[in-house]
Amino acid sequence: MYRYDDFDRQLVHERTEQFREQVKRRLAGDITEEQFRPLRLMNGVYLQLHAYMLRVAVPYGTLRADQLRQLGMIARVYDKGYGHFTTRQNIQYNWPKLDEIPDALLDLAKVEMHAIQTSGNCIRNTTTDQYAGAAADEIEDPRPYCELIRQWSTFHPEFTYLPRKFKIAVTGSPNDRAAVKVHDIGLRMHQNDAGETGFEVMVGGGLGRTPFVGKTIREFIGKNDLFSYLEAILRVYNRFGRRDNKYKARIKILVHEEGIDKIRELVEEEWAQIKDGSLRVDDAEIAHYIEQFAPPAFEALSDDDADFERHKSENRRFANWVRSNVIEHKQPGYAIANVSLKPIGGIPGDATDTQMELVADLSEKYSFGDVRVTHEQNLVLPHVKKADLFAVWSELDKADLGTANLGYVTDIISCPGLDYCALATARSIPLSQRISERFGDLDRQHDIGELKIKISGCINACGHHHVGHIGILGLDKRGKEFYQITLGGDASQDASIGKIAGAGFSEAEVVDAIESLVTKYIDIRESGERFIDTYRRVGMDPFKEVLYGDR
Amino acid sequence: MSLQVVTANRLDDGLVVFLASDGSWSENINDARIADGKEAADALLAEASAPELDIVIVGPYLIDVEQQGADIVPTKYREVLRTKGPSVREDLGYQAV
Amino acid sequence: MAIVKNDSVIEQEWITVDAEGDLPASDENLIVPLARFKEERDSLLGRNGGLGVQLNPGDAPEDLADDLDRLSIITVNFPAYTDGRGYSYGRVLRERMGFTGELRAVGDVLRDQILYMHRCGFDAYDLKVEGEVALNKVRAALKEMSVYYQPTGDGRVTAQSLRERRRAALQ
Repeated sequence: MYRYDDFDRQLVHERTEQFREQVKRRLAGDITEEQFRPLRLMNGVYLQLHAYMLRVAVPYGTLRADQLRQLGMIARVYDKGYGHFTTRQNIQYNWPKLDEIPDALLDLAKVEMHAIQTSGNCIRNTTTDQYAGAAADEIEDPRPYCELIRQWSTFHPEFTYLPRKFKIAVTGSPNDRAAVKVHDIGLRMHQNDAGETGFEVMVGGGLGRTPFVGKTIREFIGKNDLFSYLEAILRVYNRFGRRDNKYKARIKILVHEEGIDKIRELVEEEWAQIKDGSLRVDDAEIAHYIEQFAPPAFEALSDDDADFERHKSENRRFANWVRSNVIEHKQPGYAIANVSLKPIGGIPGDATDTQMELVADLSEKYSFGDVRVTHEQNLVLPHVKKADLFAVWSELDKADLGTANLGYVTDIISCPGLDYCALATARSIPLSQRISERFGDLDRQHDIGELKIKISGCINACGHHHVGHIGILGLDKRGKEFYQITLGGDASQDASIGKIAGAGFSEAEVVDAIESLVTKYIDIRESGERFIDTYRRVGMDPFKEVLYGDR
Repeated sequence: MSLQVVTANRLDDGLVVFLASDGSWSENINDARIADGKEAADALLAEASAPELDIVIVGPYLIDVEQQGADIVPTKYREVLRTKGPSVREDLGYQAV
Repeated sequence: MAIVKNDSVIEQEWITVDAEGDLPASDENLIVPLARFKEERDSLLGRNGGLGVQLNPGDAPEDLADDLDRLSIITVNFPAYTDGRGYSYGRVLRERMGFTGELRAVGDVLRDQILYMHRCGFDAYDLKVEGEVALNKVRAALKEMSVYYQPTGDGRVTAQSLRERRRAALQ
């Protein structure tokens, strides 16, 4: 994993001091709220419904045990004993006090963490595959490049006052777990015919009020040229992105209105001018970063472990957990263990300070101190010996972190919604709880199989409902909460934006509506089909029929 | 008869507050000064938006309320939530006290 | 109103006239918006006094390519400090087009943006506060960060090059 050197530490320290000064000036009245607001946003400090909110960056979703432990401490000391893991692999605290935030940031800096650029019209956290460096299907570990992108994008003097926020995601696997196609820039690592590593570059993907799947601006950019190419895209966006309307200011609108060919022309023209300049990164420098992400000291093990097999046959609950939450690792004898933050009836993505500390301890003991945060609001222990899985699960289970539901119908993604968020039009968490309870039976969940439900509490779509197999959008109809269902969304390499099924449902009706969709799917599915596959085969009509047939 | 009060968030801790009759900012909506009609509401908001208050509160705005017995209750659910706390964590926010 | 350049407060030596305004006498130093410069180029270049151009958001600095050596100053307007187009204009003018005259940030220029403006090629700042206060704000702003990840034309050494030097020294 990347370790800060003194330059990184100095930078974070200076930023922490800079913000402390800004807070001081704000509290003393030397700067107004209007002047302060963009500054606090750039330090991840929002004002929500009930209190401030602090969003701490988890760069490319990767944490060390000591960092996760510190996040737990922050929850306990500065907040109300819990945090929320987000759809961009970050963590949010819901009750920090402005005058204490500089101290919290100082405590974060001690473990090489910060809240820099987690909000504001700047380049945000670069996200990636939560199984990076572990997955069997990976072409190459994207994280060295994510770290280079992080540095390139942090305190970029030219791109700090963009038309709007800017989000970059990278995948190193052909099975895209990072949703790159619905990001402002999506990067897909692959090799060209000469065997050189590079990236397919996609631009203009995004969700929110006007969802778009990203378009390929360049099939292949070599790894040495990636950063000059990113700079060219950002400069074109900074210069030509719309600034007249906040809801039309993302790069996806620029791409949509000008056309990808025109944007490509502008970017390539810009890139031609800068590609041989100081942003070109040579192989030696890249090698230093690759070195930082070298695999941990795996033992040479057989892929079969007798104890593991025995525990599975003796303990049904453990076997269930392995079946859903444990993923194949590239190293024999090891596995990727998914830690569910979606207990049945619980608040999706929330974790208490004790839970965070437990996962930190487990990662230290069983996963080389490595933990990941997923954009589906779960955690991952990426490098667990098969022989240790039972011990890990036993601990997780005791702490309500062992729910065997990865990718199942109760593994719901939900934004915080009107319970916390000042932008929301409806509550989302209670709905996810009701759905979770309705489908709580594990055998039933397993039978249903992979079904990604994503819930957003307003049209800003932070719950990514557009790319849910079933998406739910919370609206307000004459003062009452009201839910619109979309079907057929997908965040993977087969990205698609969901289609609205029809008229919305009240809070009382919507869980039954979901149930009828699931029942229909079970009814008509063919062997091996997930919900999304059946939907793609039969289309909207059969599902529309069960939702509205007798209306 | 349209009744309104002014609400904001406190600058230092971000908590929800209401402009009270004595010009202070209270955590309890029942202390809020009620404005009856547009003219009174505009005056109330203007008072809440005075530059000197920039170091006390952030983002003051008017909300519609009803009188329910001794209680002042917002008419919109979003504002009711602000007087209580998250509906999914009854142990947090003002409702927990 | 104070203009800070090269660690001191300087006099306002320029008259800025907008698209329609009357031009001052020929020997006065004049700044006009880009659109007006393009329209009245010949007569403007024929003036005796100094000549400068103001770029507003949406303008193309490239339009000045042929005339850069005739301009002593370019002002870049930041009507709202959240409009970041001027940062790109600064970099294009300095790093690509090689402009060596004064590059002055005007408009909504606040302390918290000055370091980035500086890194993007600006060397003068027209602030809404007076003399000593303005100078101190600029000085404080320029000292706020000492580590830079990205190379720009400002010549400040990046973390990357410092790392390379260190590695080389250790060999």
